Amino acid sequence: MFAEYLDVLFMFAKAFAVGGLICAVAQLIINFTDWTSGKILVYFMLAGVVLQGLGVYQYLVDFAGAGATVPICGFGYLLANGAIRGAQKGLFGAFTGALSAASAGVSAAVIFSFIMALIFRSRSKKN
Amino acid sequence: MAKHTIIFDKRPRILSTGTVAGPKECAGVVGKYVDKALADDMFGESTYEKAECKMLTYAIGKAIENAGMKEEDIDMMISGDLLNQIISASFAARDFDFPFLGVYGACSTMSESLALAAALIDAGYFKRIVAATGSHFSSAERQYRYPLELGNTRPPQSQWTVTGAGGTVVADGGSDIAVTGATFGKVVDFGITDVNNMGAAMAPAACDTILTHLRDTGREADYYDLIVTGDLGALGSRIVKDLTWEKGVDIQPNHVDCGEIVYNVIEDEFQGGSGAGCSAVVFSSYLYDKLKRREINRVLFAATGALLSTVSSGQGESIPCICHAVSIENVR
Amino acid sequence: MTEKNRENYNKNYIAYVNSFDPPTHHFKNCLRAFGVGGFICCIGQFFRVVLEAFGLSGDELAGTVSVLLIFLGTLLTGLGVYDRIGRNAGAGSIVPITGFANSVCSPAIEFKTEGLIYGLAAKMFVVAGPIIVYGVLSGTIVGIIYWLLG
Repeated sequence: MFAEYLDVLFMFAKAFAVGGLICAVAQLIINFTDWTSGKILVYFMLAGVVLQGLGVYQYLVDFAGAGATVPICGFGYLLANGAIRGAQKGLFGAFTGALSAASAGVSAAVIFSFIMALIFRSRSKKN
Repeated sequence: MAKHTIIFDKRPRILSTGTVAGPKECAGVVGKYVDKALADDMFGESTYEKAECKMLTYAIGKAIENAGMKEEDIDMMISGDLLNQIISASFAARDFDFPFLGVYGACSTMSESLALAAALIDAGYFKRIVAATGSHFSSAERQYRYPLELGNTRPPQSQWTVTGAGGTVVADGGSDIAVTGATFGKVVDFGITDVNNMGAAMAPAACDTILTHLRDTGREADYYDLIVTGDLGALGSRIVKDLTWEKGVDIQPNHVDCGEIVYNVIEDEFQGGSGAGCSAVVFSSYLYDKLKRREINRVLFAATGALLSTVSSGQGESIPCICHAVSIENVR
Repeated sequence: MTEKNRENYNKNYIAYVNSFDPPTHHFKNCLRAFGVGGFICCIGQFFRVVLEAFGLSGDELAGTVSVLLIFLGTLLTGLGVYDRIGRNAGAGSIVPITGFANSVCSPAIEFKTEGLIYGLAAKMFVVAGPIIVYGVLSGTIVGIIYWLLG
């Protein structure tokens, strides 16, 4: 019982470390270049796709759980994973796999953004 | 012989000013001098563009009122702003019953419209002209940068667009504060492409116009109590001092930058204020008051503007900049 | 001034301007990004643990965690909190999936004033659109490569 709790706690620590590290690397890139959020998101997502394409990212996900899936590279991992799984079923699967794997995220982003946009309006920055 | 500079023989006078500024600006040096300090930068409107337009309308109306005049006494208004197709100025002009000249000089619009107004009056074509401009942080942010709610970091070179508007009534007499000369600047581009570093992009233009003005008029830099630049910010005003020093002119002791002084606490604004409203508000409230009290008597007002658009910077173009200078003096 | 001179002059000026660049606090920035990014991942991990207890697993689990985090991201964006977090945390709040939600939601809120169709809906993906475009593109390329390799 105690060992189980310790396991969960250890998983949190790993998630924190890996997720934080990915963000720190991104911050380092921002510091040295003039990349804005859009660019950072695209390149980190592509990194996730490439790493999973090479079969590497899965290890990180197994190791760190949410620490690897929550950063945007996890989104790339999801896309690549979906496409790879689809490819096992045929060309059509390879074609539809990526977006169907990401459908939950994209749908959620669209739906929640729409609702929030209806409710809220943008406010000026005080500082 | 004067090349880019007009010396106004009839010395058109600045009769009055009208200013309005947002809450953040009013916490700073201009707070005591503005006609209206907004508690809410929406100004009771539903969008930021409408608020900007309303501020400009207010500034124009207040300037006319402060001059003790009525709308029908004014012959023309010259105005512009930062938004696409200068909508704020045009829409503000909709509310007034006099002709409208729209000008665009980005953040240099205030000195450009002042110079034009003075020239038209000096030539005798018109008697009373309103020159006004304004800007709004939120409308500028969405047009030139990103949505307000986007969680992006601001680089340390960046500036903060001033929420505010200022208007002046220029007439052929009736006050001691005169527009004695104007220097129209040329477009200067030193190849800066970083849109977050406006101060560095605009400083060469300011330097060029200030030097041209001094050369054309044969004046020394210390002829002026103040040489005021528009919105170079802390970094840009350091650069302009260096650049003029390099050319053998020392503006160090009497140079002031509106963007550098407009905010009290430099926290997230980093280099200070920017935008058309920055020079308009600081000049029409703070500096005008000092001129009126004769605490300062000779001012060279050189507002700078960066003539870029999101399209040009997206295509990797460098930032062409301009600066127009107006000399304003207390005369008997 | 000839073209060559001009170029040289500009180069010198840019070098001179860069010498003024305020120092970037690398360590402080990265530490903040690390902390905030790690914290958001821990929230994700928390959802994972809780949902696992409810009996979710596999794709359903991962998808639900994303959906919840995206909901949080859009909600904080709407409340005007996320941009404040982002100001200090930098990449720490950009890189997690909540940052993606923020970049979808913020233009939607911002451009609502231009109408529900050409404003809110059309501008929704001005920042995040490239992620979808390159994600689908690269994902499909990976899929096709795997299909070709068998």
